Order: sequence, then structure tokens, then C-alpha cells
Amino acid sequence: MSTRTPSKLEKILAAGHLAVTSECGPPRGSDPEAITRKAEMIKDYVDAINITDNQTSVTRLCSLASCIHLKKMGVEPTLQMVTRDRNRIALQSDILGAASFDIYNILCLSGDHQIFGDSPQGQNVFDIDSIQLIQTVRLMRDEGKFLGGDEIKRPPQMFVGAAANPFADPFEIRVPRLAKKIAAGVEFIQTQCIYNLEKFELWVKQARDRGLHEKVYILAGVTPFKSAGMAKYMKNRVPGMDVPDEVVKRMSGVPKEKQAQEGIDICVETIQRLKEVEGVKGFHIMAIEWEEKVPEIVERGGLYPRPKGIDN
Amino acid sequence: MIVAEKKPIEEIIDYVKDFQKLLIAGCNECVTVCEAGGKKEVGILASALRMYFMNEGKKVEIDEVTLERQCDHEYLEEIRDRIDQYDAVLSLACGVGVQFMAEKYFSTPVFPGVNTCFMGAAEERGVWSERCQGCGQCILGKTAGICPISRCAKRLLNGPCGGSTKGKCEINKDLDCAWQLIIDRLKELDRFDEYEQIMPIKDWSTERAGGPRKVVREDVRL
Ligand code: SF4
Ligand code: SF4
Repeated sequence: MSTRTPSKLEKILAAGHLAVTSECGPPRGSDPEAITRKAEMIKDYVDAINITDNQTSVTRLCSLASCIHLKKMGVEPTLQMVTRDRNRIALQSDILGAASFDIYNILCLSGDHQIFGDSPQGQNVFDIDSIQLIQTVRLMRDEGKFLGGDEIKRPPQMFVGAAANPFADPFEIRVPRLAKKIAAGVEFIQTQCIYNLEKFELWVKQARDRGLHEKVYILAGVTPFKSAGMAKYMKNRVPGMDVPDEVVKRMSGVPKEKQAQEGIDICVETIQRLKEVEGVKGFHIMAIEWEEKVPEIVERGGLYPRPKGIDN
Repeated sequence: MIVAEKKPIEEIIDYVKDFQKLLIAGCNECVTVCEAGGKKEVGILASALRMYFMNEGKKVEIDEVTLERQCDHEYLEEIRDRIDQYDAVLSLACGVGVQFMAEKYFSTPVFPGVNTCFMGAAEERGVWSERCQGCGQCILGKTAGICPISRCAKRLLNGPCGGSTKGKCEINKDLDCAWQLIIDRLKELDRFDEYEQIMPIKDWSTERAGGPRKVVREDVRL
């Protein structure tokens, strides 16, 4: 496939490599090292790093500034942007801000409801939704126009991504919803953490049946469990998460001090199996506050070394 | 209808405790139906306040009236000849009625006796829920008759979000996910393929965002 932006992630995917991305959550404070330290640990093992945007509605250092810190250290960032906190003026303005630092990847999200975070009494915005944000970035990039119709001088050049949750309800609209995001102009997808492999494979198969796997790069999302407790928590408490009983059982079946290793093993096995699935074009490894394990997962998953010589 | 809830009596007492002569004014429309500010609630509140003032050893006179509507000049005029007898009015109408009362009787203090909540319907006895946020450009024709603006916690026009679980909203498992309802009804109507049409970015200028709104109908003006 040809490329449309200077994004390194896009070039790697277009060259037919399995891509590897990861993500870092910014700190609840202003210490830039909290980001650069994490990035330093993983930068040679991934092609791009997502920076979350006030995830779970907890106020943190902003995604854009964090992306700039990554950029300054030579790491390719993916700017996550939720529509919960900004109206169309602020969204477009931040996209231009990111473009001025040559940030080439964006992930368009609606965002968790603020009730989950540290400001449940705050307002939300939702001027537009995630699908409309995809359309907005494509309009700004491809036509060089603002939503209001005016021309943009030096338009953003961003590879446009979105999330997909193959496990949310109702299952029957999961593929139509992917099709809708593709119609809006999405170019890559990072999925929700996958533990139910059968269900995920069914979703990819249904996407293949419609030829969608040729219109978008799907990166399979994985998150290693640190403990059996975390597996149970994700199963029972996190909306839209599908953790099958056997996975919880497998985690609980090993002694506490070995659970972390078991979690990594499950994650590696998931990658090995999904690598073979037609339509999976890479992996998005979300090791929440456990970034130091990303190198091991990438190596054991057979995804190391990363392609060399591909740059913006 | 407009759905309201009674304010806590402590808050009401705090508003009116220093007056000698009070009028409690109910409304016969929405707040009567949702049992927050009709004739019955006016009576109950008047008795509670009388009891309170008696216990405090204060002599306060409380009158009761329930108007056909407080959002209409015609009915509000009915109390013009006696409004000056009162130190204050406690209106149990919705926020619209309270304000119309205050506009009309400019020199009389007017206090709200209810919290106005939303535009909704009675799901069953004692349960009311929201259905409309008056966005000024109704899209129900495209969403199978279910409003994502008032009923989706994120107002998503292209939902559902990834948090929809077993038909319920991510913010509360007692709340139906509006998008699940839309999808179910699209299927029922044999219009499921319409789900893939992208709903365009909405013009919110006809909503609250555009500033206070007004409808002027030349054809019905006097
Ligand atoms: S679309 Fe607008 S006018 Fe129609 S029900 Fe919803 S909020 Fe009300
Ligand atoms: S779960 Fe459904 S109703 Fe709740 S925010 Fe998501 S799409 Fe909207």
C-alpha cells in the first residue's frame, strides 16, 4: 500500500511489517521525566508510542505536551485525543498544535465518561463524537480545510487511527461499526485488550468477509495481567472488557509470586497466535504502569528487532 | 412534560424564614402530573411550614393558590389584585413558571419550591425519565425514534461507545444504553442497514450553545 503521510508507523505497515505500538499514561504532575523514563525503556522495541488523553477521566499532564517530549527524544508519538473535553475549536486547534511539532499519528476517541474520574461533577463537551473526529482530521489533512470551511495554511499530516472494541455489546454491530469508522476515513485501528481469542478471531473473520481488513490496518491490543486480582478486576469492573473464566482460572492457578510471569506468558501466547490471523497487521501492547515488561513481550512474541531505516 | 422534584424543606425554610406573609403558588400542569408542585403539594408544604413556624413561636400567615399555568400571562394575572398583600411568593412551578412570576411581579420576592429536572415521561408510577433536551433540530427521524442527545450519556450521534454492556450504559447499569435501544428498534423496523450511515456533525446553534432561544411565529401573533 502507498503512504499518505510522513508517519513512520504508516510506512512500516505499508511495507508489510507487523507493527508494534505501545502506550504511556502521562503523570499526575508536571515532571517530564515520568514520560521520558517510560519511553526510554521501550523505545527500541516499538514503532510508535501512544500517549493517553486523561484516560478514565482522571486529570493528568496533557497528551500533546507529552507527545512533544517524545518527539524531542526521537520517538514517534501517537496523540490520543478524546472529544469529551474539547469542542470543535479546541480540537482543531490542538491538532494544529500537534502538527506544528510534526506529530504524525492521531488516535480519535470519544473518551470515558467523566463520572469515572476525579471530576465527576464537571461538564462534558461531546460537541462531536469519535467518528466525526476522524472525519475532521481527514478534512483538515486531505482538503486543507477547517470544519468552518476556511483554508488551513500548512495542513496537518497525520495518519488517522481509532479504537475498536470487538467485545462491547451488541456484538452484531461491531463489524458494521468498524465499517462506519472506515467510511469516516480511519486508517489504523487499535483494539481493546484481547483475552477472548475466539471472539476476536470471529470479529476479524467477519471483517475479512466484508473486505474491511484491506481498507484498514488492525493492530491487536494486548495487556499482560500482573496478578490474578487484576484479571478478576478487569473481568468484573471494567466496562466492555471480556476476560473468559479459563483465563482467570489460569492466573489464579499459579502461586502469587509466579502470577506476573504467567500474565506475560499469556500475553506472549496471544501475540503468537494472533500473528497468524489474516487481517491482523500488528500489535498494540498496553502494559499499564508495567512498561519495563514490553521488551520481553516484544522479543518473546517474535517481533524483535523492529524494522530499521524507516523514518519520517 | 417538564419533570421536577420537591426541594428539601430545610432549603425552603431558609428562603422564607424572615417573612410574615407568604403565598405558596402551585401549578396545574406538568408539576401536578409529576406530583411535585400541584394543589396537593401546595397543601402539604403549607402545613409543614405552618408547623415549623408554630414550633418556632413565629406568627406567619400562609395562603395557598394553584394556578392553571404559571407560564402564561393570563393565569398569572389572576393574583394581581392581591399580590401586594404578600411579603414573598413560594412558587412550586417549574423554573419557567417561577421566572414568569418574578418578571410579572417585579417588586415581590419569588422563591423556587422545586428543582426543575428535565423534559421526560412517566415510565411507571413514581418513575420519570428524560426524553428530550430541546436541541431545536429534532433527529428522531434518523434514530428510530430514540433520542441519543438526551438518552446517551455522551450524546453520541454515532454510537454506541465501547462501554455499552448487556444493553446498559457504562455510567450506570440501571440505565439503558440509548444506542442499544436504537439498534434494537432499527432492526424491528427492518432498517438496520441505516446504522452504517454516518450522522453528520451537528449544528448545535439551535441548542443551548446558541444562547437563549426564542420562537417567533408571525402567523399567530396578535
Ligand atoms: S433530537 Fe433534539 S428535539 Fe429531538 S428529542 Fe432529542 S433533544 Fe429533543
Ligand atoms: S453506553 Fe450507550 S448510552 Fe452510555 S455513553 Fe455509551 S453509547 Fe451512550
